[in-house]
Amino acid sequence: MSLIDVENLTLEFRTDEGLITAVEDVSFSLAPGEVMGLVGESGSGKSVTAKALMKLNAANAVYDPATRITLHLDGGPVDVMSLKRPRDMEIVRGGAVSMIFQEPMASFAPAMTIGSQMVEQLLIHTDLSKRAARDLSIEMLDRVGISDAASRFNQYAFELSGGMRQRAMIAMALSTRPKLLIADEPTTALDVTIQAQVIDLMKDLVAEFGMGIIFITHDLGVVAQTADKVAVMYLGRMVEQGPVREVIRNPQHPYTRGLIDALPQLDDLDKPLQPVPGDIPSPLERPEGCVFHTRCTRIIGDICRTAVPGWTDTGPHHRTACHLCHQDTAA
Amino acid sequence: MTEELLIETRDLTVGFPVGGRLFNKKTLKAVDGISIGIPRGSFFGVVGESGSGKTTLGRALLNAVPITGGHATYHDGEVRYDLSTLSGTELKDYRKRAQLIFQDPYAALSPRMTVRDIIAEPLEVMGLTASREETDARVREIAAKCRLNLEHLRRFPHAFSGGQRQRISIARALVSGPRFVVADESVAALDVSIQADILNLLKNLQSELGLTYMFISHDLSVVAHSCDHVAVMYLGRIVESAPTRKLFAAPRHPYTKALFSAIPSLDPDDRGRAQKLEGEIPSPTNQPPGCKFHTRCPHATDLCKAREPVLQTESGHAVACHRWQELL
Repeated sequence: MSLIDVENLTLEFRTDEGLITAVEDVSFSLAPGEVMGLVGESGSGKSVTAKALMKLNAANAVYDPATRITLHLDGGPVDVMSLKRPRDMEIVRGGAVSMIFQEPMASFAPAMTIGSQMVEQLLIHTDLSKRAARDLSIEMLDRVGISDAASRFNQYAFELSGGMRQRAMIAMALSTRPKLLIADEPTTALDVTIQAQVIDLMKDLVAEFGMGIIFITHDLGVVAQTADKVAVMYLGRMVEQGPVREVIRNPQHPYTRGLIDALPQLDDLDKPLQPVPGDIPSPLERPEGCVFHTRCTRIIGDICRTAVPGWTDTGPHHRTACHLCHQDTAA
Repeated sequence: MTEELLIETRDLTVGFPVGGRLFNKKTLKAVDGISIGIPRGSFFGVVGESGSGKTTLGRALLNAVPITGGHATYHDGEVRYDLSTLSGTELKDYRKRAQLIFQDPYAALSPRMTVRDIIAEPLEVMGLTASREETDARVREIAAKCRLNLEHLRRFPHAFSGGQRQRISIARALVSGPRFVVADESVAALDVSIQADILNLLKNLQSELGLTYMFISHDLSVVAHSCDHVAVMYLGRIVESAPTRKLFAAPRHPYTKALFSAIPSLDPDDRGRAQKLEGEIPSPTNQPPGCKFHTRCPHATDLCKAREPVLQTESGHAVACHRWQELL
């Protein structure tokens, strides 16, 4: 059985300039212990999607009534959309669901020690005593490879290096034993050598704790190294999803292909870099039809400009929202 | 043939005073004894982790931080400047000839100025144009080269995407007609789909305007595709320096090799093959003795802990490692 099911997630933000669609009709599900990479460029709605699972989006977010987010826990299913009071939301905010943010410097309170922040959340989400929470926190810091954990426990975020802060963030997110971990660009702000260490650490922890992970990143290399399956987003819509090998070796959507071709490859230095042409449109000027048609090099006709493409099965567990694929399979 | 060097440094050192007592000031050497030559018209890459001193090196060459030791000269065929002893008028002139493109196009542009004013500001500050018409003409010319149209010039930066903003900051850096441009992580904040576009633009502008770049990046794969020559920095020193192809075909320094293997492979079945580096870059205030890299190097010996290797050049490929020949 799946851990979380997201159906028809549609979310708009109410702004001075009108309603802005951030996410439109996104559906996916994740099994326990599965790692899903959520890929897309800035403005594609990947962070908004992840935050929706915890109802963490700003107060001006308007969820479409058709949106269903169901979390399957041991105690039975939880309908996330029906949670209203902050008390009820504790289950998705740090309880069964934890989140690791991109910028660890900005996510720790600067005036509290790392330790007191870890203990605070444990006291809220578990029945542990203060002493037990402290012991568990130090154990978790040690577990994520922070040497001399007991003294780090009493330090402030600014005293730690970037890699160490991100490790502390991971330790904190995992100390409540969440069923689902959302990692929003957890390695983007880190150096490559530290990124490699953090990726290794996360793989070990998945093997040990068996939680599901939604891994948000714009780096397809990181996805290839960590995820079991991938979902590609563009301007708030999911355009392709499938197993990681399928999607990376056999991308079907022109946008996914463009992202892969745009990556500088080390094995062929003579290959010219191929950008995806054009710029991502402003959310205020959302294109009609297929959201990608303004940058697509493989438009097949007016249908791309007028009709939103539905899903086409393009392989085992692999589906793509593109008129081109639909045409190919129909023919 | 000897290439004409635009920038040449000898034992360039940049130190910052930190902490300590009044008569016992400690110095943090962010850049420590660097000797490089950047040929005219080249795309010179500098790679390293945060804390390696790559940004400080770039700033020193732009005279934006004081040079505390060694020499750096700039020679573009018209003028020759010793960058550590620039006079006031020389510095003013040097500012026209050397410019910086910043990393974050969201932070580099004033939200209260129109794009036209942002690009025109250097011209006005440096007094390079005599009239508003002339300024406008220069702005339009450089904007067109950076693929911005007239309509864009009237708008404010908030209306633009990351790629467009980076094109605006490039236009602003190039409007004074510089010869030497330091691009400090100029594509790091951009999406992959846009990154390639900006790299191609920088290349085109280079041949069109006869620019020499110093391209600072932490991303080896980006450097591989754009630069002709790459210098790898670690804790303020250059540990390896070679023409791009040589470096990528056969990296010699263990640090360079580790940087390579840390790049996440696009092949999902290639997992876990990487030779991972343990630990983090040491603090520059508390540098290890001997080879700066020995605390993280898997091949370190007693010699490495005791004596610092010097940068040796063999067939145009320089490396600072005691054991590189054995490790080939």
